[in-house]
Amino acid sequence: MSIATVDKPTADGPPRRAITNQRNASDKRFRAVVTAGAMFAFVVLALIASFLLFRGFEVFKEFGFGFLTSSTWDAGSGESLEGASFGVAAMLVGSVIVALMAMILALPFVIGTSLFLEYYIGKKLRAVLVSILDLMAAIPSIIYGLWGYLVLMPYAAGWAETINKYFGWIPIFKVDVENFDASPFISALVLGLMIIPIASSVTREVYSRAPQDQISAAYALGGSRWGALKAVVLPFGRSGLIGGMLLGLGRALGETVAVLLTLNLVFEVKFQVLASAGGNVASLIASRIGEAGPSEIKALMAAGLVLFTLTLLVNFGASIIVSRTSKVAQ
Amino acid sequence: MSDTSTSSIMQEVQPRKPWVNRGQSVRDMVRPTVVAGVVASVVVLLTGLAGLLGFYFAFVLSFIVVSFVDGMRHDKVKAVDKVMTTLVTAGFATAFIPWASILFTVFKRGASAIYFGYFTHDMAYTAGDDDLGMGGLSHALVGSLLILLIASVIAIPFGIVTALYITEVKGKLSGLVRVIVQSMSGVPSIVAGLFVYAVVVSRYSFSGFAGAISLAILMLPTVARTSEEVLKLVPDDLRSSAYALGASQMATTFRIVLPTARSGLITASMLGLARVAGETAPLILTAYYSAVYSLKVTGQPLASLPMYIFQNFSTGTDTALTRAWGGAAVLLSFIFILFIIARLAGRGSRK
Repeated sequence: MSIATVDKPTADGPPRRAITNQRNASDKRFRAVVTAGAMFAFVVLALIASFLLFRGFEVFKEFGFGFLTSSTWDAGSGESLEGASFGVAAMLVGSVIVALMAMILALPFVIGTSLFLEYYIGKKLRAVLVSILDLMAAIPSIIYGLWGYLVLMPYAAGWAETINKYFGWIPIFKVDVENFDASPFISALVLGLMIIPIASSVTREVYSRAPQDQISAAYALGGSRWGALKAVVLPFGRSGLIGGMLLGLGRALGETVAVLLTLNLVFEVKFQVLASAGGNVASLIASRIGEAGPSEIKALMAAGLVLFTLTLLVNFGASIIVSRTSKVAQ
Repeated sequence: MSDTSTSSIMQEVQPRKPWVNRGQSVRDMVRPTVVAGVVASVVVLLTGLAGLLGFYFAFVLSFIVVSFVDGMRHDKVKAVDKVMTTLVTAGFATAFIPWASILFTVFKRGASAIYFGYFTHDMAYTAGDDDLGMGGLSHALVGSLLILLIASVIAIPFGIVTALYITEVKGKLSGLVRVIVQSMSGVPSIVAGLFVYAVVVSRYSFSGFAGAISLAILMLPTVARTSEEVLKLVPDDLRSSAYALGASQMATTFRIVLPTARSGLITASMLGLARVAGETAPLILTAYYSAVYSLKVTGQPLASLPMYIFQNFSTGTDTALTRAWGGAAVLLSFIFILFIIARLAGRGSRK
């Protein structure tokens, strides 16, 4: 029956639709709903920033710029900011030191992993190894922390002692007390391990887009494999490498638990990376919030805002660099 | 679209890759490997380097020297190439040592905590430092599942809608939304926890629901970005055909685009879940921890696997640490299962 109506349209059938390039009401409604849904991410981000600012505002007002330059963390009476003194300088410096060290330690391995996966092995093996790498990126930070504290630390403290023995004359490798446990060095080792898969997935992606004709040309001129990589792939992928490392840096700056488990928090700006003392904003928040009074919570909110801003800037820089490279590559 | 056919032709005419490793070079590797192995053994015997790590270190160093000498039989270019091949391979292989150690330790030490009742008991009547063979992590497992379920209910729809905005609506703000999602994926997990602490916990109490919100914030960008990649793969021909048949954009999206991308969207959701399943920092501030089995997600703290590990780590005695490893083994297996589901679903979409 329905076939008959299709074959012979009758007068009372559906009216012929007007041909138009305007969107009809249903489409407009759909687009409005989807657009509203997509704004969710924006709203959440704005809410995070405004709530942290709202709750931490008093602290910024009370201590001003001193919140960033002082290192004392004294809750005073705990009820009000009167008599209390808060500053995140030591934590902030500590965060940056640990994250930068993690980057330096990870860099050769990121380059090695990316080059190896793209230019030294076949397609099938690459697929397998890439999924293993993805899996490694999914290992939770608490497991990295657990392993870092219980398995790595005995070894790493020994390495730190050796470094200190031979390079102790360099100021950053000096230690005042011979205790090499829970140092920024060990946290950086763990964080470095965590960012290798993250950074190398970005870097590998960019390396794989290196112009094939130029690589072939390098071979045609009698270059070796390394010659081709050095002349074509590495210069081409430089900004991809920087972008990937910055993404890793953002991750390392905001990492909490792996650092909390492997670093001894001390409220003092220190540059001795092998000594058992360091700072970290994220770990500070996680370790203090349990017993914090009202005034300290405000200070922790302010510290959270500082961390949020810092990682946002780093990630923003990273995504700009990465997107610029992918445009060039296309 | 003609996209797929073009790419398959491109593959056919692609130049060969003479640098890809073939059997020949594998055979070439045997001799330097043996020589370097012998040299490394001698070095280990002569110097203070100890253990497997010491041997590996000596092996890589002697391999570099051996490959240089081997290459010099041709010329310097060849020698440098060989040394760099060794360095690149070592850079890759060295990164795998700690990962292998992590997996090995987690499952080996975790195994001694796991017994038959481990999945059916909670820690209500057992302290972390009690003997193994008592208590378990049923509370943490169920708590984690509840928190992840609520987080998915929030994050997956919003993540997919965000992706739909970029691929289907193609609105003016697409670029901005992509940047926002990118920035959101960089939000430190502790900050997400702090935000929920300020909004929910400080007003009401620690709860599984608060934990779920903080995880949803962290999950959304992963779901959105992966979904976007997947939806982009849906051929435009399908959309045009639907429009040509008079379908509205909503019908096209729900009946054509989303079903086509279904398995990819499952992959996106699983990757999002895997990303947050092990998050600990936000849960310290939101769901906290309880030793008792409970299905209540509001008004009281709720246990989770990461917090179970964290608590037992904090207790710090030998048996508690073993329990922590046991929790780590369960958590890691759970994440690997999510990954395998994601992989299998992804394979389905490619066919």
